Amino acid sequence: MCATCGCDSEAKISIHRIDQPTSLNLGDITFTPVEPKTTTLPNGRKQIDLEQDILLKNNLRAERNRGYFLAKNIVALNLVSSPGSGKTSLLEKTLHDLKTEESFFVIEGDQQTSNDADRIAATQVPVVQINTGKGCHLDSKMIWDAIQQLRPSENSILFIENIGNLVCPAMFDLGEQKRVVIISVTEGDDKPLKYPDMFQSSQLCIINKIDLLPYVKFDVEKAKNYARRINPTIQFIELSCTSGEGFDHWYDWLKKETIEVPVPV
Amino acid sequence: MHELSIVMSIVETAEEKVKEHHASSVESIDLVIGDLAGVDSQALDFAWDSAVKNTVLQKAIRNVIQVPARAKCLECDCEFGIKEIYDSCPLCGEPLLLIIQGKELQIKSMILN
Ligand SMILES: Nc1nc2c(ncn2[C@@H]2O[C@H](COP(=O)(O)OP(=O)(O)OP(=O)(O)O)[C@@H](O)[C@H]2O)c(=O)[nH]1
Ligand SMILES: [Mg+2]
Ligand SMILES: [Zn+2]
Ligand SMILES: [Zn+2]
Ligand SMILES: [Zn+2]
Repeated sequence: MCATCGCDSEAKISIHRIDQPTSLNLGDITFTPVEPKTTTLPNGRKQIDLEQDILLKNNLRAERNRGYFLAKNIVALNLVSSPGSGKTSLLEKTLHDLKTEESFFVIEGDQQTSNDADRIAATQVPVVQINTGKGCHLDSKMIWDAIQQLRPSENSILFIENIGNLVCPAMFDLGEQKRVVIISVTEGDDKPLKYPDMFQSSQLCIINKIDLLPYVKFDVEKAKNYARRINPTIQFIELSCTSGEGFDHWYDWLKKETIEVPVPV
Repeated sequence: MHELSIVMSIVETAEEKVKEHHASSVESIDLVIGDLAGVDSQALDFAWDSAVKNTVLQKAIRNVIQVPARAKCLECDCEFGIKEIYDSCPLCGEPLLLIIQGKELQIKSMILN
């Protein structure tokens, strides 16, 4: 279906909390836009000049999520990468190291299985699994449904691990505060040029698996320059989930996000 | 399948409009899609055929207005057509561009009957 991943969404989407489920029923968004111009044509036909963004609903639901997070002072971070770049490994180590200092919640997106959510649940952090079936990205409605089960507490950090895919998730705002794109040094250093939308819409780029740098042909500076060409303000952190190198920078960045109290505009 | 998600959003909106206007189906629909909107037209065709089955869009004629991408250089202010987000300014060579056209993803209008 999708040119990139061949997915389709005929399969069922399931969302469930890994430990004890709780449910809040908050209903879906209702929205009445400005009435579009309507012209009556012969034979009772009608022309409607809608001029409406196709992703309007997703964007509105995302803004509602964002408002919910702002009100509860929750830092919501959307982690995106190619399959296997290290999203879950980054979360596991972060939760392990910081869970006594900060309160964390996790939403895990995967097409199939709850393997990643089980890895998170092992750290004792509350986690909801979203299985998208063949769908290749999370959307803001799934996040809304997931937070009704997860009920993240005030002043917490909510990590959302998106589906491993650098194309489709770029188009779908989830209501996150920051988008974090992860690339690993076992991928090509031209990733930013191949997936410009994702690098343009992210605020932080984590370069993972730097323990493997001696063995691979990955030019860190080149990758950064490509990313800056697309997004001049993007920040970088180089780290290794295996050796722990660079995690101090990541933790500093995270702490800064939680201190900078967001002010609604 | 963001193309499928996109078609499903269009179906959702079309179903709403048909209901609201007590119409029976959509005769034609005009979409505006920018060259940099991230939509693959072949994937969209494919997604369309499967997603509009048994909906008010099943028999609709779909017109796509493709919008070429344009940018403005943040250094020298000139405007020009681009192929990729990361193209540089043809005049001064700077890569800092403001995309002014080409990201559109819109339902422009539809005719209901
Ligand atoms: N050498 C090395 N391997 C790593 C590092 N980080 C992750 N890995 C390995 O890379 C593989 C994929 O890691 P995951 O954390 O599962 O990646 P992911 O992005 O969550 O993958 P998906 O959810 O499938 O998209 C695992 O085998 C990890 O052990 C690292 O810093 N160095
Ligand atoms: Mg994972
Ligand atoms: Zn896809
Ligand atoms: Zn897609
Ligand atoms: Zn210029």
